[in-house]
Amino acid sequence: MKIHEYQARKIFRDHGLPVPPERVAGTPAEAEAAARELGGPVVIKAQVHVGGRGKAGGVKLASDPASAREAAGAILGMDIKGLEVGKVLVAPAVDIEHEAYVGIIVDRASQCPVLMVSAAGGVDIEDVARTTPEKIHKAEIDPRYGLLNHQAMGLGFDLYDDLPRVRAAADLFRRLYEAFLASDASLAEVNPLVVTRQGEVLAIDAKMNLDDNALFRHPEFEELRDPASEEPAETMAREKGLSYVKLDGTVGCIVNGAGLAMATMDLIKYYGAEPANFLDIGGSSNPEKVVSAMRIILSDPNVKAILFNIFGGITRCDDVANGIVKALEQLEVDVPIVIRLTGTNEKEALEILRSVNLPATNSMDEVVQKAIELAKGAAR
Amino acid sequence: MSVLIDGTTKLLVQGITGRDGSFHARQMIEYGTQVVGGVVPGKGGQVFEGDVPIFDTVAEAMDATGADASVIYVPPAFAADAIYEAADAGVLLIVAITEGIPVLDMTRAMPFVAERGSRLVGPNCPGLISPGKSKVGILPGQICTPGPVGVVSRSGTLTYEVIHHLTGAGIGQSTCIGIGGDPIIGTNFIDCLSLFEEDPETRAVVMIGEIGGTDEQEAAAFVESDMETPVVGFIAGQTAPPGRRMGHAGAIISGSEGTAKEKMEAFEGHGIAVARRPADIVDLVRQSLG
Repeated sequence: MKIHEYQARKIFRDHGLPVPPERVAGTPAEAEAAARELGGPVVIKAQVHVGGRGKAGGVKLASDPASAREAAGAILGMDIKGLEVGKVLVAPAVDIEHEAYVGIIVDRASQCPVLMVSAAGGVDIEDVARTTPEKIHKAEIDPRYGLLNHQAMGLGFDLYDDLPRVRAAADLFRRLYEAFLASDASLAEVNPLVVTRQGEVLAIDAKMNLDDNALFRHPEFEELRDPASEEPAETMAREKGLSYVKLDGTVGCIVNGAGLAMATMDLIKYYGAEPANFLDIGGSSNPEKVVSAMRIILSDPNVKAILFNIFGGITRCDDVANGIVKALEQLEVDVPIVIRLTGTNEKEALEILRSVNLPATNSMDEVVQKAIELAKGAAR
Repeated sequence: MSVLIDGTTKLLVQGITGRDGSFHARQMIEYGTQVVGGVVPGKGGQVFEGDVPIFDTVAEAMDATGADASVIYVPPAFAADAIYEAADAGVLLIVAITEGIPVLDMTRAMPFVAERGSRLVGPNCPGLISPGKSKVGILPGQICTPGPVGVVSRSGTLTYEVIHHLTGAGIGQSTCIGIGGDPIIGTNFIDCLSLFEEDPETRAVVMIGEIGGTDEQEAAAFVESDMETPVVGFIAGQTAPPGRRMGHAGAIISGSEGTAKEKMEAFEGHGIAVARRPADIVDLVRQSLG
């Protein structure tokens, strides 16, 4: 789960990181009031769940409250990579002498959290990683011992020359790791970490992704979820225990298992069409889930045909067939449905589908080609 | 022959009385797996399905049965503890089926398991099967048939799809291993590839990857440098948009790392035949079997 910068700043501050104060504004007037309250020049930053806000024009400096109002007016409502900006953050502008990057992620290869720093901070850290990987310094953190003092100091020396700054940075790294651990994060990042002209080391940015699998032990994070940053259909899917991602094509697909769902999308593309979505109904096969899945897919006006690709294992084909029958009773289904079922309780499923005159095949290639053909002919 | 499990494997089931655990324990017994015990705290002394003794702890179960493998069906909040317990009791092969274990729990479990000399398969995986001999996990036994092809995959149902095609074409499998869809897993592609390479009866391997990470790229280099056995590859997620999680926690493309295109190119660059669709795997395997 992604959270906003202003939410991550609070978590960082709770763990003692030096983060300047901020206000959150939903209107230009609120931004003006915030700037007046903070005093002096401020920075206005779009609060959206994507990177590259600065490049997109979502970050502006304002020297006084009136220009803060103007800047917020320009940023609010802006579209950044498909997301509408609903809130801005207002924070005091700082006099920057040096910018660096600091981040912690769980690294797949070393199977542990890795702390990364780079003196080439500020903008595109991905570019730095790609073109000049030697400018990124890393420490693997053994979760049993935590971030060791020499690791934190070593990375501090990779950024700065003078000892007070190194110590301040090392302290910040330790607190960042604490925040990362305590929140069950999959990413905690400060970009940029700055040194001000006054010599202070400050985190003037905060980014955090939380591990979805660990949210069960953090009920306090549920309120950080921003429904406006998610497609309504995706919110509904999540609440029903389905995994759904909306795409732009016309062939809706309902599949059990993430790998098979991706392979189904790929096969739609292979045969010359575009998938309308990724949807994994998961391992359990409650018929209600199938009804919800159908409802979600039908809410997408681009969908011209729906295909089911079910390989029964834990998922029982007859449960899915019952779900399809239920959906046909409960929903207004105005697109053709094609079905592929094989595996556990396939025979029972075929009988159920026959009773409502729905044919089914056991070939994935066949069902995909059929769905594409029907999607091309259909008007909705 | 087969790898990791065969007819002699004695298996414990942690969480044998749960909804999934009991269902799949029954399926494994039916398939012929030697299920020698179950572990459920507080249910020690009871018996599952008339003849499988249940123990309170894995240590007791190990003392009484001398098992060499354990499969875990406990809920995500307790799954890491179940892994610790199995490793501490000296179980050599631990297979974690559980989906949804917090990734930081796995960062702690991994060194623990390694220090105790156990091998972990998974988590968030369908387990493994050596057709005709033994199955550990949730793979449907009826779609498999014994033969010369090793299958290793990050997916669940996509693996079934591939096995279904192979069996339908009369091509049997030595062992099929689902290594799991999480970012941190106990046994990776390279571990499985080297086991298959050492197995004299595995004459070809199918490797099924997906978007996210660089495991497939590293495995491709290993195939070229360390393997005689031919490998056929497939990657799911060519149409997945960047930055989105596709169900599997591991299946996310971030930055330039881990796209399907990158992985398919790595496969081809290291001499692995790449199938464009699951159905094409059959012909490529047939060619490599000669």
